Amino acid sequence: MDVLTLSRIQFTLTISFHYIYPPLSIGLGIMLVLMEGLWLKTGNSIYHQMARYWTKVFALTFAMGVATGIVMEFEFGTNWATYSRYVGDVFGSALAAEGIFAFFLESGFLAVLLFGWEKVGRKMHFFATCMVCLGAHFSAIWIVVANSWMQTPAGFHIVGEGLNARAEITDFWAMVLSPSSMDRLFHTLCGAWQAGAFLVVSVSAWYLLKDKHKDFARNSLRLGLFVGLIASLLQLVSGHKSAQGVAKNQPVKLAAFEGLYETTGHAPLTMFGWVDQKNERVVGPQIPGMLSFLAHSDVNAPVKGLREAAPTEKDRPPINVTFQLFHLMVGIGFGMIAISSVGFLYFWRGSLFEKRWMLWLLVLSVLGPQIANQAGWFAAEVGRQPWIVQGLLRTSAGVSAVIRANTVLSAIILFTSVYVLLFAVFVYLLNHKIQHGPEEADLIPAGKLALPLKGAS
Amino acid sequence: MNFSSLDLNSIWFVLIGVLFTGYAMLDGFDLGIGALHLFTKRDEERRILLNAIGPVWDGNEVWLVTGGGALFAAFPNVYATVFSGFYFAFVLLLVALIFRAVAIEFRSKQPMHWWRRMWDVGFSTGSVLSSVLIGVAMGNIAWGIPLDGRGEFTGTFWALLGPYPLLLGVTTVALFMMHGAIYALIKTEGELRDRLKGWINNTIVFFIICYAVTTMATLLYVPHMAARVRANPWLFSIAVLNMLAIANIPREIHRGRDHRAFISSCVAMIALMGLFGLEMYPNLVLSKPVPENSLNIHNAASSQKTLGIMLTIALIGVPVVLAYTVSIYWIFRGKVKLDRMSY
Repeated sequence: MDVLTLSRIQFTLTISFHYIYPPLSIGLGIMLVLMEGLWLKTGNSIYHQMARYWTKVFALTFAMGVATGIVMEFEFGTNWATYSRYVGDVFGSALAAEGIFAFFLESGFLAVLLFGWEKVGRKMHFFATCMVCLGAHFSAIWIVVANSWMQTPAGFHIVGEGLNARAEITDFWAMVLSPSSMDRLFHTLCGAWQAGAFLVVSVSAWYLLKDKHKDFARNSLRLGLFVGLIASLLQLVSGHKSAQGVAKNQPVKLAAFEGLYETTGHAPLTMFGWVDQKNERVVGPQIPGMLSFLAHSDVNAPVKGLREAAPTEKDRPPINVTFQLFHLMVGIGFGMIAISSVGFLYFWRGSLFEKRWMLWLLVLSVLGPQIANQAGWFAAEVGRQPWIVQGLLRTSAGVSAVIRANTVLSAIILFTSVYVLLFAVFVYLLNHKIQHGPEEADLIPAGKLALPLKGAS
Repeated sequence: MNFSSLDLNSIWFVLIGVLFTGYAMLDGFDLGIGALHLFTKRDEERRILLNAIGPVWDGNEVWLVTGGGALFAAFPNVYATVFSGFYFAFVLLLVALIFRAVAIEFRSKQPMHWWRRMWDVGFSTGSVLSSVLIGVAMGNIAWGIPLDGRGEFTGTFWALLGPYPLLLGVTTVALFMMHGAIYALIKTEGELRDRLKGWINNTIVFFIICYAVTTMATLLYVPHMAARVRANPWLFSIAVLNMLAIANIPREIHRGRDHRAFISSCVAMIALMGLFGLEMYPNLVLSKPVPENSLNIHNAASSQKTLGIMLTIALIGVPVVLAYTVSIYWIFRGKVKLDRMSY
């Protein structure tokens, strides 16, 4: 294989493995803020126990996120040097802003969140938890802004020619608020909230099935389900907005999502199926006019097909792969709405904790957001191909000029072995934590935390 | 903000230097403690050392991440050339930093002897390897690397492991070990502290030997890295400051003023980085054997507009970052006490 293919494999490998963790940190961050907030408000120590337990899970996911994240920061330079020279002026600023505004905030207050329980007062600790959560969200903002610029470049001009050409910022805020950035940010955040909420849901449902830590599990499940349902419903709204943006700004990608070759008015939405790339058609059940309606809010609006948007094969992404990834994400998205609504309905009626099949479903629900988050990013990135920066720079032109195939291969082997080891250890420790359960001692807050709040107690 | 009257390229040269000096001063002691880790024998001592850096190492590493991001934004050509040119060295650095990070987090999660042993080795190897590679990278940048007319690296991985870069690698380990031992002294008490005091002398001697050899090697074989001091003798005061700061360390420790010893060590680092920066300026990566191909603050920089935007970001962000970094160190001040939240 050549350097280009190997570099793409390396990037896919390292980014997908990394992306297991940040959504969990963002989502669990929200959950921790809610738990501690409820504790401060109600004085009920069950919330203290919950916050303490989920903080430990958070610490584990955070450590994995940091360890695998530093790879990403350097990989643009190691494998995509030509790309880095081309976009550094624009893309680099977003990465540097992420460091200054997000990572310092996150890692600084993480110390108080993890080790400060008995060193600072309740309110200060709650403040630190909020800051960690905010930092995690800031980091999502800057990285999605950077990536969105690669999807819908804005606020720049090209300086120089040929090999010396590069993008330079002309308008910082136009670059930050590129046409897709806010929709994609919201979409990414909803996915992250789902990831965190359903992890809480899953572990709590497991305890209920095993008849352990019941009080803890019921309260965690209730909160998780609540956040999960809201995030899943918001995800529907944001997914729709995102897709409309893709239709407008990246018609080739939208056509690939749906396997649409011919520009059609009253374009149908394919529920699931297969793209026959050879004969340029899609096979599967369709809802007539639905794609036109979703993309342009009008059943008769024409939707651009691939033959018009990208007439030659070399300007198209791999259609069937993009189609399948996109449909997998959408399918799971609807699945999560169904699971959380049914779960909430049963909870409302008071019968959730007796319905064992439902609890089993909730145990498995943790996989949903993880798979959908991965599939969604794959669809977004594969769907942008053959471009690394939409319309400006091809992926094949972005790769480092000086690296060799066998060196990249060694790096892939090295990263793969390290990541397999880390993942095994992560699962082992997470499982250990889950089997161990919450600490009973946390029901009686000690030290500075024991001080009753004014008005509470 | 309007910075049109300022020499933004030079300002960013200094700011990148500040970020990497901050990294050396802060994560330097984490890596140094990692390098010393295996010299302690008892599990409790190892836990105390880990918890000495426990609340802060993660934030310290962010200096490197932000330094990398700032380099990418301010001098994209340097970022691209160095990272792709030193490809395998950086892959090794990343793996080393990964092991360092997860070892701290994972070690205490299980009581088994083999488990802790495994992460002890991971922590220590990761820390030593990271320090060596950082030193090697700096050594190559100072020695000069083969660059073509487009600023692309034309050498090989093995060529990066020349004697001078390796010497700088070892010197960096020695510097971080000394720095880490002093930090550990601040955070410990009793028998462990007494033992650490003995080690500090060894680490200082180790560092001074490395430093002397590096200085001689630089004067003899890398004369361009001493040219500016030679031309402006008053700059020699920085080198003197550096030596005084190092000499002050044993004196302060002898008087039980650990914090001052730590500050001395930081001053020594600032002076070293200051000298390095002075000799490099205005170059960021020296090219050898064709010096005209060197990357400098003009041919490697982003546009004036971007440098200005980045300066605005830095002016807003840095004071805030410093404020809570100081608060975090304040909250976790004092000797390490192991409790149930500890590693």
